[in-house]
This record gives sequence, C-alpha cells and structure tokens, in this order.
Amino acid sequence: MTNNGLNNQMLPEDMLSDVLNEALCAGGEFAEVFVEERQSMSASMDDRKVEELSAGYDKGAGIRVVVGSSTGFAHTSDLSEKALLEAARVASAVARGFVGQQSIAVGLKSEKVAGGGRDISARQSGAESIYSIHKDVPKQQKVELLLEADEASRSSGTAISQVSVAYSDSRRRILVCNSDGLLREDEDVRTRFSVNCVANGDTGLQTGYETVARRLGFELFDLIEVTNIAEKAAGRALVKLNARSAPSGELPVVLAAGSGGILFHEACGHGLEADHIQKGASVYCDRIGEQVASGLITLIDDGTLSEEWGGYGIDDEGHPASRSILIENGVLCDYMWDFLRSNKGPEISGKNRFSGNGRRQSYKHLPMVRMTNTYVAPGTDDPEEIIAQTKYGIYVAKLGGGQVNTATGDFVFGTTEAYMIEDGRITYPLRDANLIGNGPEVLKRIDCIGRDFGIEPGTCGKDGQNVPVGCGQPTLRISAITVGGSA
Amino acid sequence: MDVRTADMVDIAAKVCGWAQQSCPQENEDVEVYALRSHETSVRVFEGEVEQLSSAFTGGVGIRVIKDGRLGFAYAGSLEEPILKSTLNQARDNANFSTQNEYVALPVADGVPPADLDSELCYPGLDEFSTGDKIALAIDLDQTVRKLDTRVVQVPATDYEDTKVEYAIVSSKGIASSGRHTFCDLSTYVLVRDDSGKGKGDMQTGVGFCLARHPKALQVDKAANDALERAVCLLGATKPSSGQLTVVFDPRVTSVILSVLAGMLSGEVAQKGRSPFQNHVGEKIAPGEISIVDDPTNSSSWGASIYDAEGLACRRNLLIDQGVLKGFYYDTYAGNLAGTTSTASAVRGGYATTPQAGCRAVLLEGGIRDLTGVMGLEGGKDATAESIFLDQADIFAKVAHGVFVRSITGVHSGVNPVSGDFSVGIEGLMIRNGELAEPIREATIASTIQKMLLGIVALGNDIEWLPGIAAGMTLAIGEMSISGL
Repeated sequence: MTNNGLNNQMLPEDMLSDVLNEALCAGGEFAEVFVEERQSMSASMDDRKVEELSAGYDKGAGIRVVVGSSTGFAHTSDLSEKALLEAARVASAVARGFVGQQSIAVGLKSEKVAGGGRDISARQSGAESIYSIHKDVPKQQKVELLLEADEASRSSGTAISQVSVAYSDSRRRILVCNSDGLLREDEDVRTRFSVNCVANGDTGLQTGYETVARRLGFELFDLIEVTNIAEKAAGRALVKLNARSAPSGELPVVLAAGSGGILFHEACGHGLEADHIQKGASVYCDRIGEQVASGLITLIDDGTLSEEWGGYGIDDEGHPASRSILIENGVLCDYMWDFLRSNKGPEISGKNRFSGNGRRQSYKHLPMVRMTNTYVAPGTDDPEEIIAQTKYGIYVAKLGGGQVNTATGDFVFGTTEAYMIEDGRITYPLRDANLIGNGPEVLKRIDCIGRDFGIEPGTCGKDGQNVPVGCGQPTLRISAITVGGSA
Repeated sequence: MDVRTADMVDIAAKVCGWAQQSCPQENEDVEVYALRSHETSVRVFEGEVEQLSSAFTGGVGIRVIKDGRLGFAYAGSLEEPILKSTLNQARDNANFSTQNEYVALPVADGVPPADLDSELCYPGLDEFSTGDKIALAIDLDQTVRKLDTRVVQVPATDYEDTKVEYAIVSSKGIASSGRHTFCDLSTYVLVRDDSGKGKGDMQTGVGFCLARHPKALQVDKAANDALERAVCLLGATKPSSGQLTVVFDPRVTSVILSVLAGMLSGEVAQKGRSPFQNHVGEKIAPGEISIVDDPTNSSSWGASIYDAEGLACRRNLLIDQGVLKGFYYDTYAGNLAGTTSTASAVRGGYATTPQAGCRAVLLEGGIRDLTGVMGLEGGKDATAESIFLDQADIFAKVAHGVFVRSITGVHSGVNPVSGDFSVGIEGLMIRNGELAEPIREATIASTIQKMLLGIVALGNDIEWLPGIAAGMTLAIGEMSISGL
C-alpha cells in the first residue's frame, strides 16, 4: 500500500531529455519541463440538499526556455512525445533572433524526493499507506460529512436560515526536470472542508464562515470534527445578529491567534517577494539589515510545515521547500526567491540562494515567487493580559480577505468576527468592517505579542494565479490602525 | 484528438452519443460542455520580452441527471479514454446527490439566437503575428516611460489575447455553439514625486485597453490612463472622518454594479441569501434608474450568443424605473422559483457546473431630474431628454465630497448577503464643485441597499470594462468616510 505512484515515473527520462534538447535547440541558457497530473473530487450541500458531486481530472506539461532576461513558455495537455516536442518548439520561439548560442546537450539525473515535505518516516506506520488516498474512501462517506455539518449548523440556533457545506480533495503529482540536470517528482494530497451559514434576524441577514484545509488525506477527519466547524460558522452568523456598527477612526486592534495572519501575508509578505523587489515595486527594496518592524516581530515563511495548507515537498521548480526567516526581531533579513530571481539575486542582496518559493497554479502557468506558510513567531505576553490592558479598541476574532498594493504598502482587510473592547473587557459584537493601513507603518505599531499561536489556510492570488497558503500569528496588538466604520 | 484542430461540436456530440448508446435509459439526461481556447500572452519589461507564452487548452464538463440526481465530472483533455472515464465518473457521482425535482437540463425555448458571431469573433486573430503582438506591448511600455519624468518604473506591460470556442450538446436536443476573441493591452506604472511637498511619495496606476482585434487596441489610451491615475494621487494624505457625497470613477461603478448584480441572482434569492429576496415589485432604487443585463449587446465584453446551458442569451430587465422587476435564472434556479430560465447560466470554464450569473449589466437612465441634492447648483443640469451628465458637471454640483478613483478589499469588505459595504479608497476630495487634494488610507462604508437608493447623478461616460458590468461616473448623495 505504500506505492502511491511515486515508483512509476510520470514520463521516461529519455523522452524528457529529448524534449529539453528540443527546447534549447534554438539557443537559450535554461529549459525546464514541468509535468502535472491532478485528480480532484468535491461534494457540496446547499439548501438541505446534496446538490453536486464533481470529479475532475487534469494532466499536462508546461515547458519554459530562458534566454537572457526573456522566458518562453508553452503548455500542452497531450503528453505524447510529439506534442511535447511541439510545445518545446513553441517555447523556444523566444530564443529565435538570439543568434550565436550553442545548444547544450542535456543529461538528467533522476532524483526522487523521498516524500519531500511529506515526512514519510514520521507518518508511515506498519503496512498503512502514507495517507488515506481519497479514491479509496467511499463517496457516501464524504457525503455523510456534509449531512452531519448541515445538521450541526442548523441545530446551533433557530435563526440559522441557510447552510451550505463543501468538501473537496485533490491528489497532485508533479515532475520537474531541467537542463541543469535536475529531475524530481513529488506528490501532494489535500483536503478541505468549509461551512457557510446565514442567520436571519431583525437586523437583516448575517453570515458566518469557517474552513479547515490541510495537506492531508481523509485522515484529516480523524483530527477534526466537522460538527465543530459547523458550529463555529453558525456561531459567527448568530453573534452578528446582535452586532452594532463598528466605530470609525484610528483605534488599537487586538488580533486573536490565527485570526489575522493574512494581515502579515498581505501587508508585508508580498513586499518581500523577490520579483517585486527586483523591479523596484516594493517598499522593502534595498532595506536588508534595516529595522522595518517593531522589535517584537519575527516573520517566517516555512514551506516545510508539511501538513499546513501552504506546505509542500518540492516547489514547482523542483527545489525543496525551506524555512526562511524574513524579519528577525524587527530587522529585515531576507526576501523570498524563485529560480529566475535567485539567479539575479547577487545584484540586490549579495546572496544567491533558492528558498523553494517558486510556485505555479498548474502546468498551464509559469512559476513565480510565492509565499508558503507565512507567520509571525510567538512572543511572551499572556493573551488575556493583552485584552485586559486595552482600554478602548477592537478585538478581531476572525479577519476575512485582504488586498495590498506592494509598491506603496497600503492594504485593506475585512473583519468577519469582531468585538468592542472597553476597559479591558470584550463587550459587544461588531458588524463587518474594514481595517486599512500601510504595511510598514503597522509593523512598527505592534506593541504586544502573545505566547499562543494559530495558523489558518487561505488562497493567495497573484498575477492571475491562485495557490494554497497558510497564514499564522499569535495574539497581538496593533497600537493604532484605521477602522472603516460599518454601515 | 488534437486540441488545436478538434471541433467542439463534434466532441460534445460524440460524448453525448456514447451516453445514449451505452445507457439508453429514459430517466437519464446527459449534457456535454466542450471548451477550447487558444491564448497568447506577452510581458514586456524595460523594452524587452520578459515572458512569451502561447498554448491551446481544451476540456469537457459533463452533467448527468438520473432520477433527479445530478452528477458532474470534468477533464482537461480531449483524449477518448479520458472522455469515456469522465462520463462514467459523472454517472457514478449522480448516485450520491439528493434527489431533487428541480434539477433538469433545459429544452430550447424558442428564443432565437442573436446574430453576433461577426461582432464577437475576429477570425483573423490567428494570422496576427507574435512579432506584432510583442511590438504592441513594447510600444506601450516605451510610450508610458516617455510620458512623464515622474515615471520611475514600469514593472509590467502585458499583451494578451484569447480565442474561445464552446459547444453544448445535450440529450434534451440542445446543440449550441459559439466563439469569441478578446485582446487586452495593459500597463502598470510607478511614479515618484521628487520635487513637490509630497517629496519621495510613490504611487501606482494601471491602464488598459480592450478590443476584439489587436489592431483596434489604443496604446495611447492605456498609457495616459495609467499615468493619470498614478500621478493624481501623488502626495495623497489620510482624510478626516465624516459624511460626504461620493462620486465613483467608472471603473469603481462597474465593480459595484457587479456586486449588486450578484445579489439579484434568482438562485441566491431562492436560497435566502439576498437582501432583495422578498422585494420584487418594490422600489429599491430612485425612479430614474433601470438596470438591465443584456448579453446581446455586442459592445459588452461579456456578450454571448448562448448561455452556459445552450439557451439563446436575451435582454433581462432587472430594475425597471427603480422597481425590482425580478431576478435572473439558470434552469435549476428557474425551476426552484416556479418560473423558467432567463438564459443566464454562466460557467467558470469546463471544470465547473453552470450557475446563474450576469454577463453585461448596464445602468440605464429614466425620466426625471436627479440633481440639486449635492449642495451646489453649478454645472449643467439633467434634462428630461437625458439625465446623464458630463463628469465635470457632476463635480460642479458637489459641495463636499470625494471622487473615488479606486477601491480595495471588495472581496472582504462587501458582503452580498447582508449588503454591508466597507472598502478602502483612493481618490481626490471635491470642495465647492472642484477637485481638491488627493487622499489615501481611507474607507467608505454604507450598504448596497442604501447606496442604490442614494444615487443622485449618472455620468454620460459609459464604458464597457472587463467583467460583467459597464462603468460610468456615479454619484451617491451621502456615505461615511473613515480616515483620521
């Protein structure tokens, strides 16, 4: 049962070599073949009905050729040698017109990543498989989870007027090989479960949402109870029926552990991606070694947290995931890199390193610098004390999505569960509101940092590509941030 | 089957045929949606090609309805063995969903398809050379760099085009197909003020132009738009909190209309997730305002001959002179509501099932004067003939307000179920009828319901933008702004 396909290489080495050679025949310094196969399954329940079960299958290859500062790219869903060679020729078009380049003969060294970040030794026990493969789990069992969650949400309160529940899983195999001789494969299994509730009261409709997503198989449901997720989502909608408008203006804001890691992802993480840095489109350009945040802040990007949503074994350029300290005690230490940016790295930082942050949504996309699991490391304060020491402010139990302009650092986030803090105590719930600020400014205003920790899954969109990420942080306080009042 | 040459109708019909041969049961219905696209994208940086990508993508989405149970499967491939296994997956999935009398495939409803093919598809796109596409992007990159000395970097200038072909064939007799082309040229510019009082301040702007054919792309429009949007914000500061009149840029209006359109989905309303659910026949907007979704309007980028279930697209009036006329539906939502599909099914590609959605939302004018409520009597007034004003005439009437150039955080800050609306803004203050200092790091808040009722002026600058709604300058009488 340990054979999860890793023993059968997705494409034979001689074919891959031929394709790489074809990709470089018009010239160019680097060529890469990325092969991907993805199976997915989802089931959704809405309005008390299991509305849809969906199964999906995608496979294909993306081929890129790098010539100087130009990249050519083509992809195909047809993995025959003929189709791959054709894609290689299309990708190499970028090299035509760059004359005088010798083509390089490519030799490949096969290297199967031993589970990559999947950490086989820790998880493999006896004859059991590394993870429970979703297709071995009866569909009915997945549907039961939906029914269970629906029931739990509706039992949370009579005001719950609508519930939707979604289950999804995926299994993704990748193979990366390139003209530097790298050949690596990895496999990835993910499971996600979410509940969305609507509560109907005198104040109109309110919503509550909760999601759990891990880089695990069906054993995720040994670790979590779907009824818990369902009750959390329902509770969030119900509490807002009695919510009052959020005050507006600059206020202290306490973020509960795990509730607001996205703020650091958006407000700071994106600005530390080397592609933005190299184009001067980040507020953090040329600032390595400088104090860019409160001394309480240590920011880490860690793709090796393998079970978290942003984890993986190898990135989509074949480099192992790593743990990078980006900001340590407020001082900027490093940026995040992919292959292309890393090669250009010395120009900006004196370093030349892969941090394993080259990711892509699918074989149809070019890789670029992306975050993995990005989090603020815990501090020493008692979370309860942080609230107790806040005279008048806002306690955010859950932040929604956000957006940032990496060039200016300006960001905005929505709260989806928040409360007033008055005289050190949480008093009443608030309607959804926005927090708005400037990343570098807010980082300097962190004045308390808890010893607890939480990390949440999310989907990060950049340049039209979505990838799974994790965002985490301990309970912490921002001394002042602009709160956009609610209606 | 080669994805570059495959005919989508043939593929959809073939898979549908397999289903009927292998299981000619009367209680099973099958629908095959086949999609193929050919995309080229070019990114230019500092006058050189940074990325050049070209590829065909193809796939199918199969819906099987057996005894009122829906199963779905998709594959990003046109290979026969994969298509066969996808059909089997869809059939198997149907065993696990809840029996639902409202689940059905549509039958043709007699509405004739609009004759739009020549307007939506430019067949000559295939002959437009890659070199010419690169030249367009380089031209834009170079144009914007030379426009102004305050331009410090142009991190990305992109050319993209796509040709899409789709077919929907079902056991209910639907056999619809269509195609369209689309080209997009855009640039992202950074400007810095090294002189004035906001010394060292950096701002960004994005400009773009769209067309069905690359020769129709206007490089200067995209360049000027990007620059103007960035420069106008230099030296921006945080405004003070309060109540004021809000004038939205056409781009922002388009986003707000898209959110509103989502709240008028018949499925959303049927499931109790729209604040408008029990308000059909009621006044939800000023009597001067009508809102229509008309995918047969070939000026819109969402225009289409058929909806995602193969029915002919048609004009749907949603708000008629301020009164909520009705919702829009796909087949399932129509059945759920005891009515019929308004041919409003949309899909996000072959990998998703259809759902009700808009394609071409437009705010149309009504009959009466709306002005005189923003504090000033300046500028030209609306007339019985046209309530649409020049943007300048709208500003001239605003005593104290803000001209919102862009909004952020729509995904997190706008709740389409409650209608709560709270977003970050950048723009310019309006004082005594004139544009004043730039602002940033502020939010505005209201609800979609209040904003709709609070519309006080419409601009005549209608522009079809990417997405599902047209933009125009739009003024809301009063909203709250939070800053300092």
